Amino acid sequence: MKIGSAGTLESNDALVTVQEGVGIVVSIDSIVDAFFHDRIEAEVRGELARMKKQNVHVTIQDKGALDFTLRARVRTAIERMEGSQ
Amino acid sequence: MRTTLLFIPGNHPAMLQNADVFGADGLILDLEDAVAATEKDAARILVGEYLKSWKLETPELLVRVNGLPSGWLESDLEAIACDRLSAIVYPKAGVEELYEVDRILSEIEKKHRLSHPIGIIPIIESAQGVVETDDISYLPRLKGMLLGGEDLTADMEIGRTREGAELAYPRARLAFACKAAGIDAIDTPFADVHDTEGLLADARTARSLGFTGKAAIHPNQLLTIRTAFRPDPKDILWARRVMAAAQDAAKKHQGAFSLDGKMIDKPVVKRAEGILSRAGVQDGAIPHETK
Amino acid sequence: MKRNSIGRELPDGYRPYGEEHPAAASQRIAMKPTPTAPIFLTSLSDVFSALELRDGMTFSFHHHLRDGDFVANLVMAEADRRGLRDLTIAPSSLFPCHKPLVPLIERGVITGIVTNYMNGPVADAVSAGKLQKPAIMDTHGGRARAIEAGDLSIDVAFLAVPTVDRRGNGTGRVGKSACGVLGYADPDLHYAKKVVFVTDEIVERVDHPDLDGNFVDYVVLIPSIGDRAGIVSGTTRITREPVGLKIARDAAALIDAAGLLKEGFSMQTGAGGTSLAVVADIRRIMVERGLHARFASGGITAQYVEMLEAGLVGSLRDVQDFDLDAVASLTRNPQHEAITAAQYGSPDFRPAPVVAGLDFVVLGATEIDLDFNVNVTTDSEGRIIGGSGGHADTAHGAKVSVVVTNLVKARLPIVMEKVTCVTTPGSDVDVLVTERGIAVNPKRADLLDRLRGSGLNVVPIRALMELAHTITGVPVRPRPSGRIVALVRYRDGSILDVVSSK
Repeated sequence: MKIGSAGTLESNDALVTVQEGVGIVVSIDSIVDAFFHDRIEAEVRGELARMKKQNVHVTIQDKGALDFTLRARVRTAIERMEGSQ
Repeated sequence: MRTTLLFIPGNHPAMLQNADVFGADGLILDLEDAVAATEKDAARILVGEYLKSWKLETPELLVRVNGLPSGWLESDLEAIACDRLSAIVYPKAGVEELYEVDRILSEIEKKHRLSHPIGIIPIIESAQGVVETDDISYLPRLKGMLLGGEDLTADMEIGRTREGAELAYPRARLAFACKAAGIDAIDTPFADVHDTEGLLADARTARSLGFTGKAAIHPNQLLTIRTAFRPDPKDILWARRVMAAAQDAAKKHQGAFSLDGKMIDKPVVKRAEGILSRAGVQDGAIPHETK
Repeated sequence: MKRNSIGRELPDGYRPYGEEHPAAASQRIAMKPTPTAPIFLTSLSDVFSALELRDGMTFSFHHHLRDGDFVANLVMAEADRRGLRDLTIAPSSLFPCHKPLVPLIERGVITGIVTNYMNGPVADAVSAGKLQKPAIMDTHGGRARAIEAGDLSIDVAFLAVPTVDRRGNGTGRVGKSACGVLGYADPDLHYAKKVVFVTDEIVERVDHPDLDGNFVDYVVLIPSIGDRAGIVSGTTRITREPVGLKIARDAAALIDAAGLLKEGFSMQTGAGGTSLAVVADIRRIMVERGLHARFASGGITAQYVEMLEAGLVGSLRDVQDFDLDAVASLTRNPQHEAITAAQYGSPDFRPAPVVAGLDFVVLGATEIDLDFNVNVTTDSEGRIIGGSGGHADTAHGAKVSVVVTNLVKARLPIVMEKVTCVTTPGSDVDVLVTERGIAVNPKRADLLDRLRGSGLNVVPIRALMELAHTITGVPVRPRPSGRIVALVRYRDGSILDVVSSK
């Protein structure tokens, strides 16, 4: 199973873990879930679409990351997953 | 004006998102020493995203990349190339390497269709770099040179002191080379972030040698650096009087004239102009700190 | 349901904020001293046997032992053992150490809470709707007023007192659980129907008592009234965090530019790292210009003690102590004065409470809205995490109230359209200082005038909210829709806002 992760659990960062799976599944655990859940999910799905990923399961542990950080962590995790074997 | 350039660790979202509030003239987003080898990929992607999507106005944005020998330079540049990027800060610079960097940058600019060329601020932090400063200073793309005291003293196998006597020679060379080439001379960061007095003395020394600014490794250093580089109130007063007298003399079609019994000629007027311009720009930038 | 003058919906049966007092200012009648000397007992059980206690009574406590307090837990455990039910507790604050009260709330032993601040498991239980009646959240000065005016009637005050003498005189300055002044216990001492001192140290004689033994009914000696580590923090430190320091520097520059640093000025600041940094900056300006402050008030820290001893501040008007240096200074420095809660902040105190003499106060905020209303009672999901304490008292009293906060915390914009809960009404809040700009309440045209040309980055508060939204995106603001779990009571007894469960 290919797997990749990026980011940290520090304030304003997010720890993103991705692995190959069927379809896209995004699970979010965020300290600002009540305020930004949908936006976080949209940001993650948007980044996957830009990278043309259709079969990835993503787990986000979010400590208040801004959108640019979320996108960067997702992309790094995917690149790491693809580079892993 | 690059009086203060603030280093920000490239893989640290919390610091990145607040980096623009401290009143630095430029931010050096660091992919080199502040980032562990295993996190280089994460850092360059994060910095790239920041550069491309941060919506607020920022100070000048620079990135310290990893040098050619690391093998990471091209990946770094691929990730960060965008119009928001003003210049790269290039570590352990030597003249030959910088020619190669210039070539790579030209390719990147073409590929990413950038609207302006990416500048270079080389870090002079090896003995070789110091002896090559004159040649480096005239390379294309150069916006300034930054002295790197920590690596330089390590390369020379000498100690680094709080007073910095060991940096006198490289500082002098760098300041002269930059002045001659018309680019900024930026002094090395001061390592002890808790030693405000040491920093003030260090920055004053740099300014007295002709440096135009100094790098900071912590936001709390910025105010001190700015204070050190701000013209003395007595000098501002003197410069104002010189300028007033010069205008007077111009009306009377006099070339040289005297003030307080001293001859004032063109170089003196130029110095007075420089003092007022530095004072004006700095006071306008963060006036509440001038109290 | 009806709305008060700041647009908050309230249940019927309460006086809405902004409406005049029904009667003239409430009377302030001190209780008569107890006719006999206090009775000394050696267990809470004996105290409970001696008092005629019934279901439905109100017991009060003070919070000078802060997160180290044992007394409220011990007293309420005894009440539970005796089968008492439907009790209201009126501690001046509740902390995480009061976790043992949660099961008593769940079982109906405690059904009401009146307090000025709560944080930790009890606050969580109240937020979750476990307390039968809505909690009442007062201010420090408002609690004193409520007690003296009879709005808060106390059956028994159980007051933790670090040292008590043979005549019942009490002090917090010495003893193994020393905590400094006992200012918040004063209204309870004079107005509760019965007063019990709970102590762990009895001495022959207390020379300068803070609490007068003539008003005490019982003194009970127990092994320990508190945990030293939780009582005083030991050290309070100026922040090194760069955003906090930038905010502090701008706040000090603003206070200076507003013309508030004049010989003989007065100030109050909190004990948070940013507030301490503001004071450090003000101190630097004072030394540079040879200025002196007439007094500083509120919770006292080592930093103020240093300024007092350096001759920079004329006196400290101290209602509680945050660290050991402050406790020690109280005995050492005659200009370090203990004041009572009423003297500190009650709107009914005559001629005027200390807060009314403040030139400026520096305060925090969990949220602040476009009308400058401040929330320090709940988080943005509506959970109770604090309360006014002296926030609303000082904001009202001081000539200029300055709120300092980060514009964004953990992706949440702190400036918003409407705060989740109003702790301090915007009419009492003058300036907001954030790392990305300063906003001045438009009703303070005088301040805006004075700041013109100061070079400070003064912007409309809406611009700050928009800046925050640019950084974070616009958050969805959840509106709690459950039952009312707490009422926020302004210092005059009117209701500012309610807190609802999810």
